[in-house]
Amino acid sequence: MIRVLTLLVVLQLCGEILARLVPLPLPGSLLGMLILLGVLLLRGQASRELQQTSQVLLQNLMLLFIPFIVGIVAQFEHFADQWLPFVSACILGAIISLVATAWTLRWMLSRQARVNILPPEGN
Amino acid sequence: MLQTLQTMIESPGMSSLIWIAATLAAYSLTMALYRASRAHPLLLPVVTGTAGIMVLLALTKTPYDAYFSAVSPLVFMIGPATVALAVPLFGQVHRLKTMWLPVTVALLVGCVVAIASALAIAWLFGGSSQILISVAAKSATMPIATSLTAYFGGIVPLAAAAVAITGIAATMLSGPVLRWACGDVEDTVRGFALGLTAHAIGTARALQISETAGAFAAMAMSLNGLMTALLMPIAVSGM
Repeated sequence: MIRVLTLLVVLQLCGEILARLVPLPLPGSLLGMLILLGVLLLRGQASRELQQTSQVLLQNLMLLFIPFIVGIVAQFEHFADQWLPFVSACILGAIISLVATAWTLRWMLSRQARVNILPPEGN
Repeated sequence: MLQTLQTMIESPGMSSLIWIAATLAAYSLTMALYRASRAHPLLLPVVTGTAGIMVLLALTKTPYDAYFSAVSPLVFMIGPATVALAVPLFGQVHRLKTMWLPVTVALLVGCVVAIASALAIAWLFGGSSQILISVAAKSATMPIATSLTAYFGGIVPLAAAAVAITGIAATMLSGPVLRWACGDVEDTVRGFALGLTAHAIGTARALQISETAGAFAAMAMSLNGLMTALLMPIAVSGM
Protein backbone atom coordinates (compact mmCIF):
# COMPACT_ATOMS: atom_id res chain seq x y z
CA MET A 1 0.00 0.00 0.00
CA ILE A 2 2.76 2.45 0.88
CA ARG A 3 4.63 1.47 -2.28
CA VAL A 4 1.53 2.21 -4.31
CA LEU A 5 0.97 5.55 -2.56
CA THR A 6 4.59 6.45 -3.28
CA LEU A 7 4.11 5.55 -6.93
CA LEU A 8 0.90 7.60 -7.18
CA VAL A 9 2.42 10.67 -5.52
CA VAL A 10 5.61 10.48 -7.62
CA LEU A 11 3.54 10.16 -10.82
CA GLN A 12 1.43 13.13 -9.78
CA LEU A 13 4.65 15.08 -9.29
CA CYS A 14 5.82 14.05 -12.77
CA GLY A 15 2.43 15.17 -14.09
CA GLU A 16 2.76 18.55 -12.31
CA ILE A 17 6.19 19.07 -13.93
CA LEU A 18 4.82 18.08 -17.34
CA ALA A 19 1.79 20.38 -16.83
CA ARG A 20 4.15 23.36 -16.59
CA LEU A 21 5.72 22.40 -19.91
CA VAL A 22 2.56 22.00 -22.04
CA PRO A 23 0.66 25.14 -23.13
CA LEU A 24 -2.81 23.79 -22.16
CA PRO A 25 -4.18 24.40 -18.64
CA LEU A 26 -4.27 20.69 -17.73
CA PRO A 27 -3.91 19.60 -14.10
CA GLY A 28 -0.86 17.57 -13.14
CA SER A 29 -2.93 14.78 -11.59
CA LEU A 30 -4.62 14.09 -14.95
CA LEU A 31 -1.27 13.96 -16.73
CA GLY A 32 -0.01 11.67 -13.93
CA MET A 33 -2.94 9.38 -14.67
CA LEU A 34 -2.03 9.29 -18.35
CA ILE A 35 1.60 8.46 -17.44
CA LEU A 36 0.45 5.59 -15.20
CA LEU A 37 -1.83 4.34 -17.97
CA GLY A 38 1.12 4.42 -20.38
CA VAL A 39 3.30 2.49 -17.92
CA LEU A 40 0.60 -0.14 -17.39
CA LEU A 41 0.10 -0.53 -21.14
CA LEU A 42 3.84 -1.03 -21.64
CA ARG A 43 4.07 -3.56 -18.80
CA GLY A 44 0.88 -5.32 -19.81
CA GLN A 45 -0.38 -5.86 -16.25
CA ALA A 46 -1.30 -4.08 -13.00
CA SER A 47 0.05 -5.63 -9.78
CA ARG A 48 -2.38 -6.92 -7.18
CA GLU A 49 -1.17 -4.33 -4.70
CA LEU A 50 -1.80 -1.51 -7.18
CA GLN A 51 -5.27 -2.83 -7.92
CA GLN A 52 -6.24 -3.17 -4.27
CA THR A 53 -4.93 0.22 -3.14
CA SER A 54 -6.46 2.11 -6.03
CA GLN A 55 -9.78 0.37 -5.47
CA VAL A 56 -9.88 1.54 -1.85
CA LEU A 57 -8.97 5.09 -2.86
CA LEU A 58 -11.47 5.25 -5.72
CA GLN A 59 -14.39 3.72 -3.87
CA ASN A 60 -14.12 6.52 -1.34
CA LEU A 61 -13.67 9.42 -3.74
CA MET A 62 -16.85 11.02 -2.43
CA LEU A 63 -15.21 11.44 0.98
CA LEU A 64 -12.49 13.56 -0.58
CA PHE A 65 -15.04 15.84 -2.25
CA ILE A 66 -16.97 16.73 0.90
CA PRO A 67 -14.62 19.63 1.86
CA PHE A 68 -14.94 21.13 -1.64
CA ILE A 69 -18.70 20.96 -1.69
CA VAL A 70 -18.91 22.48 1.79
CA GLY A 71 -16.81 25.38 0.48
CA ILE A 72 -19.06 25.91 -2.48
CA VAL A 73 -22.16 26.19 -0.35
CA ALA A 74 -20.25 28.62 1.87
CA GLN A 75 -19.48 30.80 -1.18
CA PHE A 76 -23.07 31.13 -2.30
CA GLU A 77 -22.88 34.96 -2.09
CA HIS A 78 -20.64 34.94 -5.21
CA PHE A 79 -23.52 33.90 -7.38
CA ALA A 80 -26.59 34.80 -5.30
CA ASP A 81 -27.75 37.51 -7.75
CA GLN A 82 -27.29 35.31 -10.84
CA TRP A 83 -28.40 32.01 -9.40
CA LEU A 84 -31.15 31.31 -11.96
CA PRO A 85 -29.04 31.22 -15.17
CA PHE A 86 -26.29 29.59 -13.21
CA VAL A 87 -28.16 26.76 -11.51
CA SER A 88 -30.39 26.02 -14.52
CA ALA A 89 -27.37 25.83 -16.83
CA CYS A 90 -25.85 23.29 -14.45
CA ILE A 91 -28.91 21.10 -13.85
CA LEU A 92 -30.64 21.25 -17.26
CA GLY A 93 -27.26 21.06 -18.98
CA ALA A 94 -26.45 17.96 -16.92
CA ILE A 95 -29.67 16.23 -18.03
CA ILE A 96 -29.13 17.16 -21.69
CA SER A 97 -25.53 15.95 -21.78
CA LEU A 98 -26.36 12.71 -19.91
CA VAL A 99 -29.00 11.86 -22.50
CA ALA A 100 -26.94 13.01 -25.51
CA THR A 101 -23.92 10.98 -24.40
CA ALA A 102 -25.90 7.83 -23.58
CA TRP A 103 -27.90 8.00 -26.82
CA THR A 104 -24.83 8.53 -28.98
CA LEU A 105 -22.82 5.73 -27.40
CA ARG A 106 -25.77 3.34 -27.57
CA TRP A 107 -26.53 4.21 -31.17
CA MET A 108 -22.88 3.83 -32.21
CA LEU A 109 -22.57 0.50 -30.36
CA SER A 110 -25.69 -0.97 -31.98
CA ARG A 111 -24.58 0.35 -35.37
CA GLN A 112 -21.21 -1.33 -34.89
CA ALA A 113 -22.88 -4.57 -33.83
CA ARG A 114 -25.04 -4.50 -37.00
CA VAL A 115 -22.01 -3.89 -39.21
CA ASN A 116 -20.17 -6.79 -37.57
CA ILE A 117 -23.05 -9.18 -38.16
CA LEU A 118 -23.31 -8.32 -41.87
CA PRO A 119 -21.04 -10.44 -44.11
CA PRO A 120 -17.98 -8.58 -45.39
CA GLU A 121 -18.35 -7.01 -48.85
CA GLY A 122 -17.60 -9.17 -51.87
CA ASN A 123 -18.86 -12.41 -50.31
CA MET B 1 -13.43 26.38 31.41
CA LEU B 2 -15.35 26.99 28.18
CA GLN B 3 -12.69 29.44 27.06
CA THR B 4 -9.84 26.93 27.59
CA LEU B 5 -11.84 24.44 25.58
CA GLN B 6 -12.29 27.05 22.84
CA THR B 7 -8.52 27.79 22.64
CA MET B 8 -7.78 24.08 22.66
CA ILE B 9 -10.16 23.42 19.75
CA GLU B 10 -8.78 26.32 17.74
CA SER B 11 -5.12 25.23 17.97
CA PRO B 12 -4.03 24.05 14.49
CA GLY B 13 -3.13 20.43 15.32
CA MET B 14 -6.31 19.96 17.30
CA SER B 15 -8.62 21.48 14.70
CA SER B 16 -7.16 19.19 12.00
CA LEU B 17 -7.90 16.16 14.15
CA ILE B 18 -11.38 17.33 15.04
CA TRP B 19 -12.47 18.24 11.51
CA ILE B 20 -10.88 15.22 9.83
CA ALA B 21 -12.59 13.00 12.41
CA ALA B 22 -15.87 14.85 11.84
CA THR B 23 -15.59 14.51 8.04
CA LEU B 24 -14.69 10.81 8.24
CA ALA B 25 -17.56 10.20 10.66
CA ALA B 26 -20.02 12.15 8.52
CA TYR B 27 -18.92 10.17 5.47
CA SER B 28 -19.07 6.78 7.22
CA LEU B 29 -22.51 7.49 8.66
CA THR B 30 -23.99 8.83 5.45
CA MET B 31 -22.37 6.01 3.47
CA ALA B 32 -23.98 3.43 5.80
CA LEU B 33 -27.31 5.21 5.36
CA TYR B 34 -26.83 5.26 1.58
CA ARG B 35 -26.06 1.52 1.49
CA ALA B 36 -29.01 0.74 3.75
CA SER B 37 -31.28 2.67 1.37
CA ARG B 38 -29.87 0.66 -1.57
CA ALA B 39 -28.25 3.72 -3.12
CA HIS B 40 -31.20 6.12 -2.99
CA PRO B 41 -30.07 9.14 -5.06
CA LEU B 42 -31.27 11.66 -2.45
CA LEU B 43 -28.96 10.06 0.14
CA LEU B 44 -25.77 10.46 -1.90
CA PRO B 45 -22.97 10.86 0.70
CA VAL B 46 -21.54 13.95 -1.02
CA VAL B 47 -24.88 15.61 -0.33
CA THR B 48 -25.83 14.27 3.09
CA GLY B 49 -22.24 14.24 4.38
CA THR B 50 -21.77 17.82 3.22
CA ALA B 51 -25.02 18.84 4.89
CA GLY B 52 -23.84 17.26 8.16
CA ILE B 53 -20.55 19.17 8.05
CA MET B 54 -22.37 22.43 7.20
CA VAL B 55 -24.55 21.98 10.29
CA LEU B 56 -21.48 21.34 12.47
CA LEU B 57 -19.69 24.39 11.05
CA ALA B 58 -22.74 26.56 11.72
CA LEU B 59 -23.21 25.21 15.26
CA THR B 60 -19.55 25.79 16.17
CA LYS B 61 -19.38 29.08 14.20
CA THR B 62 -16.31 27.78 12.37
CA PRO B 63 -15.45 29.74 9.21
CA TYR B 64 -15.11 27.66 6.03
CA ASP B 65 -11.46 28.64 5.49
CA ALA B 66 -10.54 27.25 8.91
CA TYR B 67 -12.35 24.00 8.10
CA PHE B 68 -10.72 23.70 4.68
CA SER B 69 -7.20 24.15 5.98
CA ALA B 70 -7.94 21.74 8.83
CA VAL B 71 -8.96 18.97 6.41
CA SER B 72 -6.25 19.70 3.80
CA PRO B 73 -4.74 16.18 4.22
CA LEU B 74 -8.03 14.74 2.90
CA VAL B 75 -8.12 17.23 0.04
CA PHE B 76 -4.53 16.34 -0.83
CA MET B 77 -5.55 12.73 -1.52
CA ILE B 78 -7.65 13.81 -4.53
CA GLY B 79 -4.42 14.10 -6.55
CA PRO B 80 -3.12 10.54 -5.99
CA ALA B 81 -6.68 9.20 -6.35
CA THR B 82 -6.95 10.88 -9.76
CA VAL B 83 -3.68 9.21 -10.82
CA ALA B 84 -5.11 5.88 -9.59
CA LEU B 85 -7.98 6.19 -12.09
CA ALA B 86 -5.54 4.76 -14.64
CA VAL B 87 -5.97 1.33 -13.02
CA PRO B 88 -9.69 0.70 -13.79
CA LEU B 89 -9.09 2.35 -17.16
CA PHE B 90 -6.30 -0.11 -17.90
CA GLY B 91 -8.62 -2.95 -16.84
CA GLN B 92 -10.96 -2.04 -19.72
CA VAL B 93 -8.34 -1.49 -22.43
CA HIS B 94 -9.12 -4.76 -24.17
CA ARG B 95 -12.77 -3.72 -24.54
CA LEU B 96 -11.80 -0.27 -25.70
CA LYS B 97 -9.88 -1.75 -28.61
CA THR B 98 -13.13 -3.02 -30.08
CA MET B 99 -15.13 0.09 -29.12
CA TRP B 100 -12.84 2.97 -29.98
CA LEU B 101 -15.07 4.42 -32.71
CA PRO B 102 -18.34 4.51 -30.70
CA VAL B 103 -16.41 5.89 -27.71
CA THR B 104 -14.73 8.63 -29.75
CA VAL B 105 -18.00 9.73 -31.35
CA ALA B 106 -19.85 9.67 -28.01
CA LEU B 107 -17.03 11.68 -26.43
CA LEU B 108 -17.15 14.35 -29.14
CA VAL B 109 -20.94 14.64 -29.07
CA GLY B 110 -21.10 14.55 -25.26
CA CYS B 111 -18.40 17.17 -24.80
CA VAL B 112 -19.83 19.58 -27.38
CA VAL B 113 -23.36 19.15 -25.97
CA ALA B 114 -22.14 19.67 -22.37
CA ILE B 115 -20.40 22.95 -23.23
CA ALA B 116 -23.03 24.21 -25.71
CA SER B 117 -26.05 23.38 -23.53
CA ALA B 118 -24.50 25.15 -20.52
CA LEU B 119 -23.71 28.26 -22.57
CA ALA B 120 -27.12 28.30 -24.27
CA ILE B 121 -29.12 27.86 -21.07
CA ALA B 122 -27.12 30.43 -19.09
CA TRP B 123 -27.47 32.87 -22.01
CA LEU B 124 -31.25 32.25 -22.32
CA PHE B 125 -31.71 33.03 -18.64
CA GLY B 126 -29.73 36.26 -19.04
CA GLY B 127 -26.39 35.26 -17.55
CA SER B 128 -23.49 37.71 -17.89
CA SER B 129 -20.51 36.73 -20.05
CA GLN B 130 -18.51 35.98 -16.89
CA ILE B 131 -21.24 33.55 -15.83
CA LEU B 132 -21.12 31.98 -19.30
CA ILE B 133 -17.35 31.40 -19.11
CA SER B 134 -17.68 30.04 -15.59
CA VAL B 135 -20.29 27.39 -16.53
CA ALA B 136 -18.74 26.32 -19.85
CA ALA B 137 -16.34 23.76 -18.39
CA LYS B 138 -18.77 22.43 -15.78
CA SER B 139 -18.66 18.81 -16.94
CA ALA B 140 -14.85 18.67 -16.76
CA THR B 141 -13.27 17.45 -13.56
CA MET B 142 -12.68 20.08 -10.82
CA PRO B 143 -8.95 20.80 -11.35
CA ILE B 144 -9.38 21.11 -15.12
CA ALA B 145 -12.52 23.26 -14.95
CA THR B 146 -11.02 25.67 -12.43
CA SER B 147 -7.74 26.08 -14.33
CA LEU B 148 -9.60 26.58 -17.64
CA THR B 149 -11.92 29.16 -16.06
CA ALA B 150 -9.00 31.10 -14.58
CA TYR B 151 -7.25 30.96 -17.96
CA PHE B 152 -10.24 32.43 -19.82
CA GLY B 153 -11.12 35.08 -17.22
CA GLY B 154 -14.16 33.51 -15.52
CA ILE B 155 -14.90 33.43 -11.78
CA VAL B 156 -13.06 30.45 -10.26
CA PRO B 157 -15.26 29.81 -7.17
CA LEU B 158 -18.27 29.99 -9.47
CA ALA B 159 -16.72 27.42 -11.81
CA ALA B 160 -16.03 25.14 -8.85
CA ALA B 161 -19.67 25.52 -7.81
CA ALA B 162 -20.83 24.76 -11.37
CA VAL B 163 -18.72 21.62 -11.43
CA ALA B 164 -20.09 20.45 -8.09
CA ILE B 165 -23.76 21.25 -8.84
CA THR B 166 -23.47 19.53 -12.22
CA GLY B 167 -21.79 16.49 -10.72
CA ILE B 168 -24.34 16.13 -7.94
CA ALA B 169 -27.37 16.83 -10.15
CA ALA B 170 -26.24 14.46 -12.90
CA THR B 171 -25.40 11.72 -10.40
CA MET B 172 -28.71 12.04 -8.56
CA LEU B 173 -30.75 12.24 -11.77
CA SER B 174 -28.80 9.70 -13.86
CA GLY B 175 -30.90 6.69 -12.81
CA PRO B 176 -34.36 8.11 -13.65
CA VAL B 177 -33.17 10.21 -16.63
CA LEU B 178 -31.34 7.35 -18.36
CA ARG B 179 -34.20 4.93 -17.67
CA TRP B 180 -36.57 7.44 -19.26
CA ALA B 181 -34.32 8.12 -22.24
CA CYS B 182 -32.85 4.68 -22.92
CA GLY B 183 -34.88 2.15 -20.94
CA ASP B 184 -32.65 -0.59 -19.60
CA VAL B 185 -29.16 0.79 -19.96
CA GLU B 186 -25.90 -1.22 -20.03
CA ASP B 187 -23.23 -0.53 -17.40
CA THR B 188 -20.82 0.62 -20.12
CA VAL B 189 -23.23 3.29 -21.40
CA ARG B 190 -24.36 4.37 -17.94
CA GLY B 191 -20.77 4.63 -16.70
CA PHE B 192 -19.66 6.57 -19.76
CA ALA B 193 -22.54 9.07 -19.55
CA LEU B 194 -21.97 9.51 -15.79
CA GLY B 195 -18.22 10.05 -16.11
CA LEU B 196 -18.55 12.45 -19.02
CA THR B 197 -21.27 14.60 -17.44
CA ALA B 198 -20.61 14.23 -13.72
CA HIS B 199 -16.79 13.82 -13.75
CA ALA B 200 -15.37 12.44 -10.47
CA ILE B 201 -18.65 12.52 -8.53
CA GLY B 202 -20.29 10.47 -11.27
CA THR B 203 -17.25 8.19 -11.42
CA ALA B 204 -17.44 7.63 -7.66
CA ARG B 205 -21.08 6.61 -8.14
CA ALA B 206 -20.30 4.43 -11.17
CA LEU B 207 -17.58 2.60 -9.22
CA GLN B 208 -20.32 1.56 -6.79
CA ILE B 209 -22.52 0.24 -9.62
CA SER B 210 -19.90 -2.12 -11.07
CA GLU B 211 -16.25 -2.28 -12.06
CA THR B 212 -17.20 -1.94 -15.73
CA ALA B 213 -19.35 1.15 -15.08
CA GLY B 214 -16.53 2.62 -12.99
CA ALA B 215 -13.91 2.02 -15.65
CA PHE B 216 -16.04 3.56 -18.38
CA ALA B 217 -16.79 6.52 -16.13
CA ALA B 218 -13.08 7.00 -15.39
CA MET B 219 -12.36 6.82 -19.09
CA ALA B 220 -15.12 9.29 -20.00
CA MET B 221 -14.06 11.66 -17.23
CA SER B 222 -10.42 11.80 -18.27
CA LEU B 223 -11.16 11.98 -22.00
CA ASN B 224 -13.77 14.69 -21.42
CA GLY B 225 -11.30 16.67 -19.32
CA LEU B 226 -8.85 16.65 -22.20
CA MET B 227 -11.55 17.35 -24.79
CA THR B 228 -12.99 20.26 -22.77
CA ALA B 229 -9.52 21.79 -22.53
CA LEU B 230 -9.23 21.49 -26.32
CA LEU B 231 -12.73 22.85 -27.09
CA MET B 232 -12.88 25.70 -24.55
CA PRO B 233 -10.78 28.10 -26.67
CA ILE B 234 -13.25 27.56 -29.57
CA ALA B 235 -16.30 28.02 -27.32
CA VAL B 236 -14.93 31.19 -25.75
CA SER B 237 -13.84 32.72 -29.05
CA GLY B 238 -17.36 32.15 -30.40
CA MET B 239 -18.93 34.18 -27.58
